[in-house]
Amino acid sequence: MPQIELHNARKSFGSLVVTDDFSMHLDEGEALGVIGPNGAGKTTLFNLITGGLAPDSGRIVFDGADITALPAHERCRRGIGRSYQIPHPFIGMTVFENLLVGAAFGTGKPESQCYGPCAEILEKTGLIGKANTLAGSLSLLERKRLELARALASDPKVLLLDEIAGGLTEEECLALVDTIRDIRAGGVSIVWIEHIVHALLSVVDRLIVINFGVKIDDGDPHTVMNSTQVQEIYMGISAE
Amino acid sequence: MAETAQYRVATATRTSRAGLFVLLAGVVFLATTPLWGGRAEMRLVVEFCYFLALAQMWNLLAGYAGLVSVGQQAFVGLGGYALFVFSIWLGVHPLLALPLAAVAAALFAIPTALIVFRLRGAYFAIGTWVTAEVYRLSFAQVSDLGGGSGMSLPIGVIKAVAGSRSERELVVFAIGVAVAVASTGIVYWLLRSRYGLGLTAIRDSEAASESLGVNNFRTKLYVYVLAASITGFIGALIYLQKFRIAPDAAFSLIDWTAYVIFIVVIGGIGRIEGPIVGTIVFFILREFLADLGSWYLMILGLVAVVVMLRAPQGIWGLLAARFDLHFFPVQRRLYRRDGSPP
Repeated sequence: MPQIELHNARKSFGSLVVTDDFSMHLDEGEALGVIGPNGAGKTTLFNLITGGLAPDSGRIVFDGADITALPAHERCRRGIGRSYQIPHPFIGMTVFENLLVGAAFGTGKPESQCYGPCAEILEKTGLIGKANTLAGSLSLLERKRLELARALASDPKVLLLDEIAGGLTEEECLALVDTIRDIRAGGVSIVWIEHIVHALLSVVDRLIVINFGVKIDDGDPHTVMNSTQVQEIYMGISAE
Repeated sequence: MAETAQYRVATATRTSRAGLFVLLAGVVFLATTPLWGGRAEMRLVVEFCYFLALAQMWNLLAGYAGLVSVGQQAFVGLGGYALFVFSIWLGVHPLLALPLAAVAAALFAIPTALIVFRLRGAYFAIGTWVTAEVYRLSFAQVSDLGGGSGMSLPIGVIKAVAGSRSERELVVFAIGVAVAVASTGIVYWLLRSRYGLGLTAIRDSEAASESLGVNNFRTKLYVYVLAASITGFIGALIYLQKFRIAPDAAFSLIDWTAYVIFIVVIGGIGRIEGPIVGTIVFFILREFLADLGSWYLMILGLVAVVVMLRAPQGIWGLLAARFDLHFFPVQRRLYRRDGSPP
């Protein structure tokens, strides 16, 4: 059963069309990869799904219900979690409090019931030692982990990850892949935008390619990667 | 404090417990003014209290909700005029008119919010200012409230507060101290609640708080209406002390917003201690510089500029960082069961 569906979504900023007649779906429990050159409209796709942007036309469906008109906070409460490509930590709050925001507001539970789950997520994501540190003093790597941890705290059914592996060392990247696999094993569907293709391919079941706001391929990751169109657009290799 | 399997969460620190004593001593000092001071000291303390309360409200708006309003004088003026309308036109007891003024200010704040919330950042600031000007000009048109030259509270209303002058002053003094303590307490309680988590998150990143389930619009609206309501109460109290109201004074940008911003900025924005430190500094400066005329405002401006450039976290920000001071601990800290850090 599809968990997320986009029907003919379109978004433009002035005369620049960033998403054009875009349709896609995500099945429950699936891990979906999204690739495409810079400026292809990948992050815009996430913003349409999470409610950061409203589409000019088209419909967005989550768990069978039309959510096109729902505000972002309501979509989070229904189970759509996201991490930002450029981390947006709450710099004046501790790492633990950053997670508490997601847990208390994303799940609607009383704050005191969120302490346990948040501490658990901090352990799982390797941030427990930084629990009482102000998020503003974290390194870039830690900020990226915090993005993931905070989204997990809101107990999502679907997790949208935006270039979370960028800038990581090979070792850190492998650890991240393990973490994402764990999250998925816990029953959370994943949509992952990533330029680090080998990390992406080690997790996802299906791959979507976007260029100039249009979906140009969708299918088995290895077939898609080897298609001539992707080779041309993504690798800059001519089909000749 | 709450417990989980291996961890517990606490907010208090050693300095916060020590800070509590300092604060209690301060409150006792202010509250006992009638015992050690005369009429002039009591007036000064009331003024100190309402500036502190106004500063707490502005700090809540700008320092936490990210709503940098330069139009809070709208609610001081509305509260002040509400006192006159309720007590003169409707014959309500003047002390009952104070909470009614708070309600009136809240009712005006809702439509005001729906207009100014469409604007962001600097535009929001200008929007609040313009709205306050509209209120000022509107009240100047009402001839039954004295128009542009204003009006005085009739002697009958003044006598209804209390029979003698010293009793009246005591009543106003008690309410003033209570408002300062209550507004500080409300901000503290708000920040310790779940609501405070959302508010602080909005302050740091609106995009992230919204995508983590915080209803930014509603949270800001509540804070705006709450701040307007308490500001309206303070406005009514100010004019119960002054007996005379006029639109230019009641909706004065300098008196009710510029000084208040100065207080919060030099004390430390986004911290509950900031307004307290700022109000003390403001009153000290005022006592020493009041004779200098317009130089006084220039010196205030210069102090504000220097603090903003050299210590953008304010005086309390500097002290808190240097000595790890938290008189009002709002931070949730995670500890292992044995008390060690995680």
